[in-house]
Amino acid sequence: MSLARRVIPCLDVAGGRVVKGIRFVDLKDAGDPVETARRYDAEGADEIAFLDIRASVESRGLLYGMIEAVADQVFIPLTVGGGVATLDDIRALLNAGADKVSINTAGVRDPTLFRAASERFGAQCIVAAIDARKCAVDQWQVWIHGGRTPTGIDAVDWACEVVAQGAGEILLTSMDRDGARHGFDLKLTRAVADAVDVPVIASGGVGSLADLVDGVVEGGADAVLAASIFHYGEYTIGAAKAAMRAAGIEVRD
Amino acid sequence: MLAVVDYGMGNLRSVAKALAHVAPRERIVVTSDAADIRAAARVVLPGQSAMPGTMAGLMRSGLRDAVVEALRERPFLGVCLGLQVLFDMSEEGPTECLGVVPGRVRRFREADLVTPARERLKIPHMGWNRVRQTMPHALWSGIPDGARFYFAHSYHPVPADPAVTAGTTDYASPFTCAIAQANIFAVQFHPEKSQRAGLRLLANFVTWDPRS
Repeated sequence: MSLARRVIPCLDVAGGRVVKGIRFVDLKDAGDPVETARRYDAEGADEIAFLDIRASVESRGLLYGMIEAVADQVFIPLTVGGGVATLDDIRALLNAGADKVSINTAGVRDPTLFRAASERFGAQCIVAAIDARKCAVDQWQVWIHGGRTPTGIDAVDWACEVVAQGAGEILLTSMDRDGARHGFDLKLTRAVADAVDVPVIASGGVGSLADLVDGVVEGGADAVLAASIFHYGEYTIGAAKAAMRAAGIEVRD
Repeated sequence: MLAVVDYGMGNLRSVAKALAHVAPRERIVVTSDAADIRAAARVVLPGQSAMPGTMAGLMRSGLRDAVVEALRERPFLGVCLGLQVLFDMSEEGPTECLGVVPGRVRRFREADLVTPARERLKIPHMGWNRVRQTMPHALWSGIPDGARFYFAHSYHPVPADPAVTAGTTDYASPFTCAIAQANIFAVQFHPEKSQRAGLRLLANFVTWDPRS
């Protein structure tokens, strides 16, 4: 097995700028997306994720320009999500330079969107983003609208459903852990990773490099995503990979 | 002029941008005009999406004949589905393809994706994997053997003649991820998304003279 586990820094963006805040409130401008993406690329990021947290019409237009500018200079895969609702949205993001597009709320409202999108653009570029929150022992529920609305849908069942519909990858975020910096919800990650045969990206809760290792070794994740530990210069991508390599995980140099 | 074939299936920008990055003085045209493809000194056939749409796009756009002509005579680079479409047929669909390289394209079988450690590998094969160069070739120039490239695919080529294989990648077992045949070079991975190694391969293509 020589496929590397991926390290994916995530950038929250709004209005074409990088922003930081605690779960969608207290947003602060946190920099130029092209500069930030270039830095991550130079540090060895395997992929970069962008989440448009405003997803208004105006913000969307600026997002396209931002993705174009990043894709001009950064030659690694770019995954973009946030408010993606139609095949036209997906096409516009792919044309702007996104390699993969993540679908969340709109896919819950209409699961056939995954099928239509993967038939049109290929499963390899359709990512199902799942925001899950614990609701009982070893049970998690899917939430939508940026984590504001519960759906009553079981997260593991939903993961299987989106794969059956044609999603090529799952971006799994633990709402309980997001921003808490105590590590991934490893039970949730493991439950989903074992249930589906597509790659799973673990997200939500990374506070240390050991958390990234745990996400792969204990959670079974194919890729690990983090925002704040990289964003504030606490750790570099290189340091993350060194820690993973030291734990026996195969990573790209 | 270098033509990037646009047959209506989206995301060609990445390939064109990466080519422009490595060859700033080259005229790079993303085109759906057969005349441009016939006039181009080099042709790149990118690909994403799914095979039935890819073949239908080539037929509908009227570009099939111009692409086949380029495949016969000029430096030609196929990427991802642009590699798969060169074979006789693909299991995806299934779809009859261009038949320029004998062989077929098959889906990764789940049963084949169990490692000796009994680990179950995922489909799509997605991420950065090592490419073993199985023949010397101008397009490998300056790229270390075993360098990692970015992959994102569920189907892989099985050439009828193993001699066309220019590179392999291990995913439970080795599969052909690059082929070379006269003026044609084609890869399953995405050089335009493979950072340094990928940009080097594209730079090598821009200066490649298959006759030398």
